[in-house]
Amino acid sequence: MRETERMPVAGRLPWVLVLPAVLGLVFLVLPLAGLLVRAPWSTLGQRLTEPQVLEALRLSLVTATIATLICLVLGVPLAWCLARLSFPGRRVVRALVTVPLVLPPVVGGVALLLALGRRGLVGQWLDSTFGITLPFTTAGVVVAEAFVAMPFLVISVEGALRAADLRFEDAAATLGASRWVVFRRVTLPLIAPGIVAGSVLCWARALGEFGATITFAGNFPGQTQTMPLAVYLALETEPEAAIVLSLVLLAVSVIILASLRDRWVNSP
Amino acid sequence: MFRRVSGLLIAVVLAASACGTSDTSDTSGTAAAPSASSGAPAASAPAATELIVFAAASLTGTFTELGKTFEAAHPGITVKFNFGSSATLATQITQGAPADVFAAASPATMKTVTDAGLAASPTVFVKNKLQIAVPPDNPAKVESLKDLTDPKVKVALCAEQVPCGAAAIKALDAAGIKVTPVTLEQDVKATLTKVELGEVDAALVYQTDVIASDGKVTGIAFPEADQAINDYPIAVLSKAPAGPLAQQFVELILSQQGKDVLTKAGFQAP
Repeated sequence: MRETERMPVAGRLPWVLVLPAVLGLVFLVLPLAGLLVRAPWSTLGQRLTEPQVLEALRLSLVTATIATLICLVLGVPLAWCLARLSFPGRRVVRALVTVPLVLPPVVGGVALLLALGRRGLVGQWLDSTFGITLPFTTAGVVVAEAFVAMPFLVISVEGALRAADLRFEDAAATLGASRWVVFRRVTLPLIAPGIVAGSVLCWARALGEFGATITFAGNFPGQTQTMPLAVYLALETEPEAAIVLSLVLLAVSVIILASLRDRWVNSP
Repeated sequence: MFRRVSGLLIAVVLAASACGTSDTSDTSGTAAAPSASSGAPAASAPAATELIVFAAASLTGTFTELGKTFEAAHPGITVKFNFGSSATLATQITQGAPADVFAAASPATMKTVTDAGLAASPTVFVKNKLQIAVPPDNPAKVESLKDLTDPKVKVALCAEQVPCGAAAIKALDAAGIKVTPVTLEQDVKATLTKVELGEVDAALVYQTDVIASDGKVTGIAFPEADQAINDYPIAVLSKAPAGPLAQQFVELILSQQGKDVLTKAGFQAP
């Protein structure tokens, strides 16, 4: 299945493509260089070991991972329905799935409050029946992150499902496999790279989530203060501390994503 | 197949980065707006035609009103505001944001700007006091600062990095009370929103915000608030692109007319 590295067509370098590509790369990397240049390297070690930093980092990693797992459990079936079932209003459903992508995250947070808050549509009932209130809890952080990140997973997995060769599924079905067995034994292994790629994106988006989290889950150290929130508040008084926190978040995510990529995502 | 997946991956990453910028533009987008638009009118006329005022979020209503007064008195001049947390505004100014006037909600945030040599001799133009804000039906029956110590009462405070949070800590210290909030919000408006939506039972916000909420929250005055009165300083920035206009705007704020608008909104004269 893996494509071998092919030599490109011989000829002159297509500057029309290369030039904007280089500009694009510079545009993406330059802000990062800004962070690195202005980082207070001398006090770096001391700031890193502050308990509040470690707590925020731990909270970020844990919540982003749980949010990704929730997205997998709910998002893969959703992607399958979008790709394999034909039902009226499928286009509308697909558009609805991408809503969190275009919604400003702060608005997403307010929407979550109106739905799942203590006086929200469903939240009211959760509170009165089970005594569960999501805002200001770590669970609330996971909910906010999953809300914002799920579309990334659904879109990736749906794309993989559409690209997958249907004949394998058809063959399995003609041999008597049920739809569930086909999904589990044929479809899932076939789209595994797509699922991994989607999960990685989903996790990265959840890790960087700020707007919906601070609006829906609030900000309290150890409970709901993830790294992006800590960065934002540090920026108010100590821009240097904010730079350090950003670098930590950046380093951790790059290390995790790079190791995952080598292991799971074999890019062409 | 891998090709297609990776192509999709790129598309999604692009979308992701677009979302990422929207996060930051929520906080600093207003700062970029004046700088982007300042080029056009300045090119057509040699004299300044607009005045850019950076002001604390709690001044949104009053300064917008006074800005219209200023525009009426100075035909051809547009006043543009960038409202936000004073600390964020101070950072934006020290990082070179083009502004003429800075009105902060605390002397500490103004000091960031004066220390950087970007403004001299700020004047305190109003004071603001904290109140306990509760939802109109007051579900937790909060009556005094002491009621906030009840662990069953959900309290929102501003983070100590922003002026309203610093004032809240001062007031609670003065009362000798320890409150464990459920959240430390990034600015006073966000704190107020949590009360308006009924997500918390009480919050410490400015008296002016309670008045501005127009009945969506109820304010409860408490004596310890007198120990944590916030001074609001205003200053013309030394690099003010609008020059003398900036001074005239500050004079309007300090005038009787300015005082009337500000006290009506719940601010106190210095």
